[in-house]
Amino acid sequence: MKINRLSTILASGKKNLLSIYFTAGYPALEDTAEIALALAEAGADFIELGMPYSDPLADGTTIQDSSQQAIANGMTMDLLFRQVEDIRRRTDIPLVWMGYLNPVMQYGEERFLQRCAATGIDGLIIPDLPLHEYEANFQPLARQYGLLFNFLITPQTPEPRIREIERLSEGFIYMVSSAAVTGAQAGISAEQIGYFERIGAMGLRRPRLIGFGISDKDTFLTACRYADGAIIGSAFIRALSKGSTPAAAAKSFVETVVS
Amino acid sequence: MTTVDEKGYYGEFGGAFVPEMLYANVEELRSRYLDIIYEPAFQREFQHLLREYAGRPTPLYLAKRLSAHYGFTIYLKREDLLHTGAHKVNNTIGQILVARRLGKTRIIAETGAGQHGVATATVCALMGMPCVVYMGEVDMARQAPNVARMRMLGAEVRPALSGSRTLKDATNEAIRDWINNPHDTHYIIGSVVGPHPFPDMVARFQSVISEEMKGQLEDHTGRAHPDAIIACVGGGSNAAGAFYHYLDDERVRLIAVEAAGKGIHSGHSAATSILGTKGIIHGSRTLLMQTPDGQITEPYSISAGLDYPGIGPLHAQLIGSGRATAIPVTDEEAMQAAFFLARTEGIIPALETAHAFAALDRAGIAPGQTAVVNLSGRGDKDLAAYMEEMGALKIL
Ligand SMILES: Cc1ncc(COP(=O)(O)O)c(C=O)c1O
Repeated sequence: MKINRLSTILASGKKNLLSIYFTAGYPALEDTAEIALALAEAGADFIELGMPYSDPLADGTTIQDSSQQAIANGMTMDLLFRQVEDIRRRTDIPLVWMGYLNPVMQYGEERFLQRCAATGIDGLIIPDLPLHEYEANFQPLARQYGLLFNFLITPQTPEPRIREIERLSEGFIYMVSSAAVTGAQAGISAEQIGYFERIGAMGLRRPRLIGFGISDKDTFLTACRYADGAIIGSAFIRALSKGSTPAAAAKSFVETVVS
Repeated sequence: MTTVDEKGYYGEFGGAFVPEMLYANVEELRSRYLDIIYEPAFQREFQHLLREYAGRPTPLYLAKRLSAHYGFTIYLKREDLLHTGAHKVNNTIGQILVARRLGKTRIIAETGAGQHGVATATVCALMGMPCVVYMGEVDMARQAPNVARMRMLGAEVRPALSGSRTLKDATNEAIRDWINNPHDTHYIIGSVVGPHPFPDMVARFQSVISEEMKGQLEDHTGRAHPDAIIACVGGGSNAAGAFYHYLDDERVRLIAVEAAGKGIHSGHSAATSILGTKGIIHGSRTLLMQTPDGQITEPYSISAGLDYPGIGPLHAQLIGSGRATAIPVTDEEAMQAAFFLARTEGIIPALETAHAFAALDRAGIAPGQTAVVNLSGRGDKDLAAYMEEMGALKIL
């Protein structure tokens, strides 16, 4: 089996992993690859490429709005795969496909995973994919195609379920920082730190990345004290309009976080 | 396969496709709802409120003039006579009692026509619980009287500003609120939609409709089953309640009436069973209207309560298996049926309900047979639409 770029970086022992989420096809349809390249160049460790969805239940207004815009721009599953091929010709940064289950079902589960592998996707996050559905219908194919599924936990996830998620996760464990949809709120509370420490003490076999509400260098570094890295999404998407081009904005955003 | 299995499926439909952020809430409800609702003290309180507060049992009325017109016997199950004017209150009474037993102190809901929002605001006032209702901005405009009623009852009505700004988007907003408030909040969903256990729980609360129907038909006709039951389907809760005790009785034809809007293939329709394909909406695997790429499309109906791009998984199963028949009805046909019912029986129905009446002449009911139409709600809330029609017809 070919080497998976995501598993390579997760196994590297590198600390303070920075993952950036953004909506593919936003602000303009063809910005996806340029933003991804800028992220790689500026020092992001991996990228979560968001396939826009009409009804993103777990997302706040920033990602809802960027998704709506991307769909209006003409984003489709096939176009995203073509953009991934373009990104892959130009960088080796690990790519995680993130999106909701319905478009995957319509594409066809096997055809989807096969295309992911063929175009150079390394991992997947499908927040509304139930664990038993994953185990029954996705896990064998994901193994066959060398793709790593990553699952979410929240402050409400009970411990036996976290163990189940640990057992099924082949990439990283995505720690949702608080009971909330995506969209940066200010700071990290003592209660959240208590949750980070509680999960830290479980000694999970998989790396942990903290996401939701991570918005800048300060919150990034705080999160990294309790995990292997962190994920920035909404704050990054909002920053895309603050530069001469989205790619330039992406680069300067990442530089302020990793500097 | 008319009842839900352990994992929450009706055949291939149903389930709980929810992000982890909702898992704990949905699981808490799933693991406890049956124990709670079949506890004797719960049943006593529920039955008491249905009777003394909501006004159950509702009459099963023999519509003589309507029957004479169509040439078969038509009974009307008068859910429109319930407190708040629609069947929705059967469910909200049940769910708020569940919420209290789960220790929840705050209630949220989505609403389309505003009937479910009003029914939720009502029980929240009754129980002294804070209530937030999400409603699409478009629906707030077309159902203004219900917005005012909810506010008078003390509820906060929050406009859903995303997407088509109708029922689908109000449901998204309510789900996001629940994600943000996992501890103190119960989400009173308004139809047999959403992740398991909601479709099953709501169907059980609405099943009182067909439970009463059985006894009433027996009294009226000496036979506890009709030949056909006709109900409109938005998400499908009034239909689920009207069908429930006859689901396995093949002698009874089940007719689910959908909103065809300006015509099934006009691009402005909500006829999900025809235009829909299998997929996931609001955490449930069912039939829904979507693009080939899996983006959910905007439905359209003149009636805000039928303007939903999916149907409950029970109905997807019933229609898919041939147990129920779906009949599409356009805006115009529903409007005509509303006026015809008003002038034939002296009953002004909700626009949603009017769709069910428009299907009477094409449901294939033979002379001499008996049909029950579930009169899910009354038309006060739709007066603006009816006045517009009368303006066009120069009756006003
Ligand atoms: C009077 C009436 N009937 C029917 C409906 C449709 O909902 P359901 O299909 O869940 O009964 C509504 C929804 O608002 C309604 O107000």
